[in-house]
Amino acid sequence: MVTLSWALPLAGAGLLLLVGNADRRRDSLVRWLALGVSIVSFIVTLVLWARFDAASAEFQFVERAEWIPAFGIDYYVGIDGISLLLVVLTGFLTPIALLSSWESVDRKVKEFSILVLALEAAMIGVFVSLDLFLFYVFWDAMLIPMYFLIGIWGYDQRIYAAVKFMLYTMAGSVLMLVAILGLAYLHSEATGSYSFDLVKLYTLEVAPETERWFFLAFAVAFAIKVPLFPFHTWLPDAHVQAPTAGSIILAGVLLKMGTYGFVRFAFPLFPAAAAEFAPWIALLAVIGIVYGALVAMVQPDMKKLVAYSSVSHLGFVVLGICAMNVQGVQGAVYQMLAHGVSTGGLFLIVGMLSDRRHTRLIAEFGGLKQVMPRLTSAFLIITLASIGMPALNGFVGEFLTMLGAFLWDPWGPRYVVAAGLGVILSAVYMLWLFQRVYLGAVTHEENASLPDLRPREWASVVPLCAAAIVMGVFPTLFLAPMEPAVRRVVAQVQAAQPLRAENDIQNAEARIQTESGSKPLVDVRGLVNAVAP
Amino acid sequence: MINAQIDAIVPMLCVTLAALASMGAEAFRARGERLPIGALGVVGLVGAAVAAVLLRGRNAEGFGVIAADNFGLFVTLVLTVVGVLTILFSSQVLERDGIPAGEYYALVLFSIVGMIMMATATDLLVVFVALEIMSIAVYVLTAIRRDHLPGTEAAFKYFLLGSFSSAFFLYGIAFTYGVTGSTRLAAVGSFLSAQSMSDNPLILFALGLLLVGFAFKISAVPFHMWTPDAYDGAPAIVAGFMSTGVKAAAFAAFARVFLSSFEPFRNEWAPVVAVVAVATMVLGTVVGVAQSHVKRMLAYSSIAHGGYLLVGLVAANEVGKAAILFYLLAYSVTNLAAFGAIALLGARDKANDSLRDYAGLWYSHPALAALMTVSLLSLGGLPPTVGFIGKWYIFSAAVSAGYYELAIVGVLTSVVSVFFYLRVVVMMYMVEPDEAKPPVRVTGVGMAALAVAIAAIVYLGVLPTTVLDLAADSIATIF
Repeated sequence: MVTLSWALPLAGAGLLLLVGNADRRRDSLVRWLALGVSIVSFIVTLVLWARFDAASAEFQFVERAEWIPAFGIDYYVGIDGISLLLVVLTGFLTPIALLSSWESVDRKVKEFSILVLALEAAMIGVFVSLDLFLFYVFWDAMLIPMYFLIGIWGYDQRIYAAVKFMLYTMAGSVLMLVAILGLAYLHSEATGSYSFDLVKLYTLEVAPETERWFFLAFAVAFAIKVPLFPFHTWLPDAHVQAPTAGSIILAGVLLKMGTYGFVRFAFPLFPAAAAEFAPWIALLAVIGIVYGALVAMVQPDMKKLVAYSSVSHLGFVVLGICAMNVQGVQGAVYQMLAHGVSTGGLFLIVGMLSDRRHTRLIAEFGGLKQVMPRLTSAFLIITLASIGMPALNGFVGEFLTMLGAFLWDPWGPRYVVAAGLGVILSAVYMLWLFQRVYLGAVTHEENASLPDLRPREWASVVPLCAAAIVMGVFPTLFLAPMEPAVRRVVAQVQAAQPLRAENDIQNAEARIQTESGSKPLVDVRGLVNAVAP
Repeated sequence: MINAQIDAIVPMLCVTLAALASMGAEAFRARGERLPIGALGVVGLVGAAVAAVLLRGRNAEGFGVIAADNFGLFVTLVLTVVGVLTILFSSQVLERDGIPAGEYYALVLFSIVGMIMMATATDLLVVFVALEIMSIAVYVLTAIRRDHLPGTEAAFKYFLLGSFSSAFFLYGIAFTYGVTGSTRLAAVGSFLSAQSMSDNPLILFALGLLLVGFAFKISAVPFHMWTPDAYDGAPAIVAGFMSTGVKAAAFAAFARVFLSSFEPFRNEWAPVVAVVAVATMVLGTVVGVAQSHVKRMLAYSSIAHGGYLLVGLVAANEVGKAAILFYLLAYSVTNLAAFGAIALLGARDKANDSLRDYAGLWYSHPALAALMTVSLLSLGGLPPTVGFIGKWYIFSAAVSAGYYELAIVGVLTSVVSVFFYLRVVVMMYMVEPDEAKPPVRVTGVGMAALAVAIAAIVYLGVLPTTVLDLAADSIATIF
């Protein structure tokens, strides 16, 4: 079942390879075929969700086969509550990405569709791998289709952006490869046989000094992918130059691989080193939140604005992971999903505007509400979702990550205050964008006759808006399946960080006391106990 | 088989007979008559490969100087693969460039005989003889186009520096003989391990000279100077042949001599080789970035790949030795595919190998562009290709031997190298084609060879187990 989820898109890509389309007469067949495959893949991920046992914290649907026995490398896949929803997100966004390029990609349609499907396969592969070698193979293989998508179908600076994306990500990940090899070697020292099995490596004892280096190697790889300030400079280029489908997948899924890597690999594999470095990583995350928001505010280009807003929003995710308590991690995973939906939506609609006008500059638009009211309302929903309006998806994630960070915050509530500033700033830049583009009078003659949403565009916008609302109104639907897995990860990491949880509570109590006089206004212990089982 | 002594040299005999047959065919061919001489070579090479498979596990000894052990046989198999691919790629090139087929194939086959001998020799003098058989044929191949001035110049440079290095090597053998009283690897090894010789300046001098000789042949820094010029001047397919066959054979002999006879001096030579490995990886990639011609770029890339192989030699534990073998295969197939693609795209009067010539190749030759891309990605070490598995194997050897620094330099240089491989990919896919260029006609045989090589690259990238085990098994019997 899990194998099917990534093999199906790959098989679809192989099938498309066989369709002869040299004279481009079968473009439309290719489009429908690719869309069909991606929808079936999405249904497969939904079936996984339906059959997933939400009460269990263990990896489910596990499949295992020997692959390279001499090195203890297995084909070993499975999903838990954390990866389940990311797999579903990938399945959800791929058909939307294909729909978004229905007209805008008009040359080499077959190759484009093949690459999108191959990319989907590799991304799902990353989320389901439980063997570090397998994980690394998917992790690196994923770069190839993305590189071509940006480089061939992108905008003017596409080659620069594609090469930068590839080299940046590879530079980070090769050091992780050395650390993975080191881990496998230490496993063979300890037990006499190599192993890349994640579950076995979780329990491997690593000397503190080595652990620190390994953690840093993993952390740099994931930090570049997230991207964490100051490793984010590839992101605006790649996002802006990528075709709409590429941007949707980049922002929607690819960035989550970095944060997923922190939750799945870096923190649980090296808990002691993680505890040591977490405050610094969180500091970078908070800087990213504020910096990303400030830079987003001054962008003249809509796509670039959304790209920088991603830097800011993913800062929350990393902050929640650094907190490493149930609230923080749950919030982080939720925020990953929410960001995938809302930023995917923003890129989608910006792409529609750019297809119509061949420009993405904010100054070129204005008063679009009068011309295209339906597109405007869709954009408004997504905008409000993105800035964390209650009852929409962004709110839950941001709230939980900040709660988690508050409980943990080693340096006073400074992280949370700064993160809160980021929330306010995000409202500023998004609403200001909305105002300049959609409100007021129509400022440019060319915009007066733009068509509103077409049927095909309805088909891609409606699911995203619906997802944003459902996620905001029924967060439990998503929080419940991930909770046992999150608790397992947190327990596993905290077990190796003695006194962590108790310290958190005392920190928080002491802080509230000093700030509100002698009598605590909030019963922190009660609050934590109420949330904990 | 026939006789215990002969058994060990059957692979060489097969190839030699094929070489003689191609010379005969060329001599007795009527003017204008076209004979399938390449096919003769393929038959001989396949015979050699079959013999190598049959000899496996028998540890046949020939005349005390040739050992058909599993290590040598694995390299023999790699060399036959190199030979077959070279011949398949050559058929189009020979016709297009007007190269005499009989001479060309005979030279290729004779040099393969030298290579196989080099990989299986257990006597320093035989290693030297094999080295010369191989080198002289390759010098001539470099200048096979008599009307092509850069080729002649390249051959002359290659010949001068090559003879120079042969002299170093021979001098090293002489000193080794002077100290130990033998040129047999086993005898030298047992002599050196029996007594503490580490402060004997003569044997250290001999060690240094042998190291220089091998370093020339595998084009390790600082003895790499000839490589870019020779590869650039030679026809592309000959460059591919040199960069894979010569390197594989020289590496096999290098590993055999240093890991058996000079194993007692590990502490002396390992640090030096480690430094050479780092210098080779770094220089190969950094200078490769600055190249504007694909052939020259691949020349520097092949220097860098020699550096990765040296990392395996330094690590030299079980994993490292097997990694060298696997990497030789991975690199040979991949690099030959890349050079083969360049050769297919060339024209008689123009090599068509500047970066600009690749602009928009995807639009005119989509299949060729895709296949070439896979080979470049494999050279860059990206999954799911055999290049990734090879690098992973080499670096895990380095890590398990405690050489984290070498592994880190290795992975970082691979990232830099991806930059220049991608430049070609960028040109092929992301730049519009030049209008005025006449389309190049690519023959079926060449495309088929390329497709087979790429299929092997991807297959071994996904399911490497069989060959990994074979490589691991091949080092178990010696050292």
